[in-house]
Amino acid sequence: MRGQGANLWENNRVSVAAQAAGPRWEEILLMGRHVVLIEDEPNIAEAVRFLLMRDGWSVDAHTDGATAVEVIREAGPDLVILDLMLPGKSGLEIVRELRAAEGMQNLPVLMLTARGQLRDREMAEKAGVTRFMTKPFSNTEVLTAVRDLHAQAGQG
Amino acid sequence: MASLNGLAFVCLAYVAFLFFIAFWADRQASRGRSAAWMRSPLIYTLSLSIYCTAWTFYGAVGYAARSGLEFVTIYLGPSLVMICWWWGLRKLVRIGRSQRITSIADLLSSRYGKSNLLAAGVTILAVIGVTPYISLQLQSVTLSFAIFADADPLREFNETSTVFWVAAGLAVFAILFGTRNLNANERHHGVVTAVALEAIVKLAALLAVGVFVVWGVAGGIGETLTRIDASQIGQWNVDGSRWTTITFLAAAAFICLPRMFQVMVVENEDERHLRIASWAFPLYLLLISMFVVPIAVVGLDLLPAGANPDMFVLTVPLHQGQQGLAMLSFLGGFSSATSMVIVAAMALSTMVSNHIVMPVWLRVQSRQASVSGDVRNVVLLSRRVSIAVIMALGYFYYHLSGGAAALAAIGLISFAGVAQLLPALVGGLFWRGATRSGALAGLSVGFGIWLFTMLLPALGGGLLPAHILRDGLFGFSWLRPEALFGIEGLDPTVHAVMWSMSLNALVFCLVSLISFPSPLERLQGAQFVNVFDHSAGPRGWTGSVAQCEDLMIMSQRILGATEAQAFFEQERMRQGSRGPLPEPTPAFLERLERELSASIGAAAAHAMIGQIAGGSSVSVADLLAVADETAQMLEYSNRLELQSAELSATALKLRETNEKLTQLSEQKDAFLSQVSHELRTPMTSIRAFSEILRDAGRLDEQEQRRYAGIIHDEALRLTRLLNDLLDLSVLESGKVSLNITVGTLSEVLDHAVSAALAGLDRPLEVKRSPEAEGYRVSSDLDRLAQVFINLITNAQKYCDAEQPVLSVAASAADGRLYVDFADNGSGVPADSQQVIFEKFARVRPERAGGAGLGLAICREVMQRLGGDVSYLPGHGGGAFRVSLPISEEKAAKPAREYRSC
Repeated sequence: MRGQGANLWENNRVSVAAQAAGPRWEEILLMGRHVVLIEDEPNIAEAVRFLLMRDGWSVDAHTDGATAVEVIREAGPDLVILDLMLPGKSGLEIVRELRAAEGMQNLPVLMLTARGQLRDREMAEKAGVTRFMTKPFSNTEVLTAVRDLHAQAGQG
Repeated sequence: MASLNGLAFVCLAYVAFLFFIAFWADRQASRGRSAAWMRSPLIYTLSLSIYCTAWTFYGAVGYAARSGLEFVTIYLGPSLVMICWWWGLRKLVRIGRSQRITSIADLLSSRYGKSNLLAAGVTILAVIGVTPYISLQLQSVTLSFAIFADADPLREFNETSTVFWVAAGLAVFAILFGTRNLNANERHHGVVTAVALEAIVKLAALLAVGVFVVWGVAGGIGETLTRIDASQIGQWNVDGSRWTTITFLAAAAFICLPRMFQVMVVENEDERHLRIASWAFPLYLLLISMFVVPIAVVGLDLLPAGANPDMFVLTVPLHQGQQGLAMLSFLGGFSSATSMVIVAAMALSTMVSNHIVMPVWLRVQSRQASVSGDVRNVVLLSRRVSIAVIMALGYFYYHLSGGAAALAAIGLISFAGVAQLLPALVGGLFWRGATRSGALAGLSVGFGIWLFTMLLPALGGGLLPAHILRDGLFGFSWLRPEALFGIEGLDPTVHAVMWSMSLNALVFCLVSLISFPSPLERLQGAQFVNVFDHSAGPRGWTGSVAQCEDLMIMSQRILGATEAQAFFEQERMRQGSRGPLPEPTPAFLERLERELSASIGAAAAHAMIGQIAGGSSVSVADLLAVADETAQMLEYSNRLELQSAELSATALKLRETNEKLTQLSEQKDAFLSQVSHELRTPMTSIRAFSEILRDAGRLDEQEQRRYAGIIHDEALRLTRLLNDLLDLSVLESGKVSLNITVGTLSEVLDHAVSAALAGLDRPLEVKRSPEAEGYRVSSDLDRLAQVFINLITNAQKYCDAEQPVLSVAASAADGRLYVDFADNGSGVPADSQQVIFEKFARVRPERAGGAGLGLAICREVMQRLGGDVSYLPGHGGGAFRVSLPISEEKAAKPAREYRSC
């Protein structure tokens, strides 16, 4: 499972120059701490990935909304971080499809968006987003949110 | 023995006295001081006595002497009319007053749609019909002169010259009386007063002669009755058909004679006078006819055989040596003749001038400018001339008929002539279906038959050839004047009256039934037939034959069921009525009318209630008012329609504006949301990496430099975005100031290409055709370069070819310069070709460095410069065309522009 995730990472179109996949042993440590990130802004994706990896998460980062559901299903992550506005398919649609799919009803989804209007938040919650965060965010907030969601999911 | 000269003097003095009376009465009336008696029913009744002409005065005795009691019919007819048909006369008078009728011709023409043809026809008929009558007066006056002349051996009596002078004198007299002044309502107080005086004179004269004959000659009532019994008068058979016919004729003539119409209708002061006259006038007739039989009987006894019985009234006193009584009697006869001639001439001249002369004169005059003073003079002159002509006609009739006929016979011809007006008159008063065509046809037929069967035969051989009289018209025996359709053995008068009147009435009815009345005729017909419903009050309701249910139904239609019921209930309560509906009292009807008029207008309400409540027709004024209101309503509704059209147009505009505003507002929201998004994105990166740099101590130097580079790039991106936004807002607000300079296209392109390629790390080959770029451009060259740079940068960003190539080509057509930028990539998808010019529109965001404002700014810039930028489909790759107006100095451009493309 983890290997597949690494392969997927290798195939990723996002050009993250540094920080290739972590050492093998880390995969064991990272058991249960796998995140799929869908974000079309490369710089933001890089920042989130850096943050999470430093905190001990494995991150699959993707930019395309159209293939996101497929990617998430294959990766079987413990957590998903989604941008709202994505090329191909919007974050809301992805969440709806995830919630409709088998075994993904309880998958924690953190939505990051530059559109911080109340209406967007309501629609996101309605679609099944677990937590909604407005850009720009503080790094601590993101890490706290990810840990919280993971902890809740673990308990559930 | 009175000399002829003395007689003439007495006549003149008497006439002068009458003239003075008339003048005085006119003066009093014009000053509004006329005594009560002048306006009394007595005067009215006496004035009606012009029915009793010289024919009655002299002729009745002659009639009695020749035909016995038949003369009574002459008095019986009018008496019957006055007693039994006074309500019909009242209607006539009411119409005359409400319609301002001036003559019987006017009445008929007015009734039948104000037809002047009919009026002229009636006038001609009346003139012809009355002419024998006037001739009769001439004859009687001449005869009376002759009687005195016989007694005056000194003078040779010339009958013809006497008739002429009598006619001339009467004409002058009539002119003096009748046309002294011109009244709008054609009333003549003076004449009426004089006529009333003459009525007294003639009655007094006859009574005096009668009293003298009964008590002075016969020796008392008993003796007189014995004489009467002994004479043939009381024993002569009474011919039923003649009685009926002549009674009818007298009745008809009483109504239709122009002079009777004049005094009865035109001169009527007060409708109530008719009530008195209805018994007083028959009484007068009774008095004046009382001594006819005694005088006739005594005259036949006293005077030698062959004496003219028509003159017994005069000759009996003369024979008895009663000069004074004879003079009174003469004055009585003279009075009868003059009053008749004056009024008849007045009435006829009014008709002639109003219906024949004036229409012709006005038609002639209409081509010239007329002065108002002219009309008065023309009317007066035409009346005077008409009187003279009428008198002349009477004179000629006298000559034609030889002056031999008995007075009564002449009178009957006249009666039968004017009686032809009766069907049209009575039909017009009581039958709404009577039409103008019917009246004309009936009149023509009746008049024709009368001429043929009565007047022409009476005139003798002169006018009607003997063979027609004997063999019939065109030799048809059934067209013999005195035996029409082969009916022989009838009395000529009965024959003529029967045929003329029955065919007249029949044709009148038939033609009325088949012809179609004009609108005006309908209106007038309604006004005439229902005159009492209209003239009862100004606008009040009197009739209570109202069908309250009908009113209710109508009101419900107009007011609505609930309101109408409430109104009726309230009215019922007010009346305390026990029935389910209120009584249609005038007060209720008036309130209802008010109620309705609030909804449908006063005139329409009046007309509608009138239809139901009065059963009355609609008056012209009502209809006009309805028409006015309808027109107003129409105009009002037109205005409303217009207003509502304007309103809906405004509403549409408002809706459009609102939609536009909503759209704008939505666009603004979307724009702000987009801006927010575009600002947050670089800020997110900046914040995240700056926190990473701040917090994380264990970053290697390479990472640190890279992250700082990202922060820097994103900060630049932010700046660029802000600049673009500012630029766009300035452009869109129209507040941009353009710095117009002149240069060649190649210069601008040089600048743009070098500026665009300078900051690019990705290679882009730009192909140009310098020989085609010689156009001179007068524009804001910096802005133009900005657009070019943007297009070149876009090509660099989005062209997906292995080796991106951008071709720049310039051309000119229709006064515009076109610069095309085409790359060799895959181009913009068709469904996005328009969207790319929208703000924040990015087809391939992953390659975009900007916020998607570039092309929006380009379009704004080009529109400010008077040009445009658009996508050029069909070039294989992405292609944009910039168009801009060519400056005046285009002459500088080289002629080889196209070769380079």
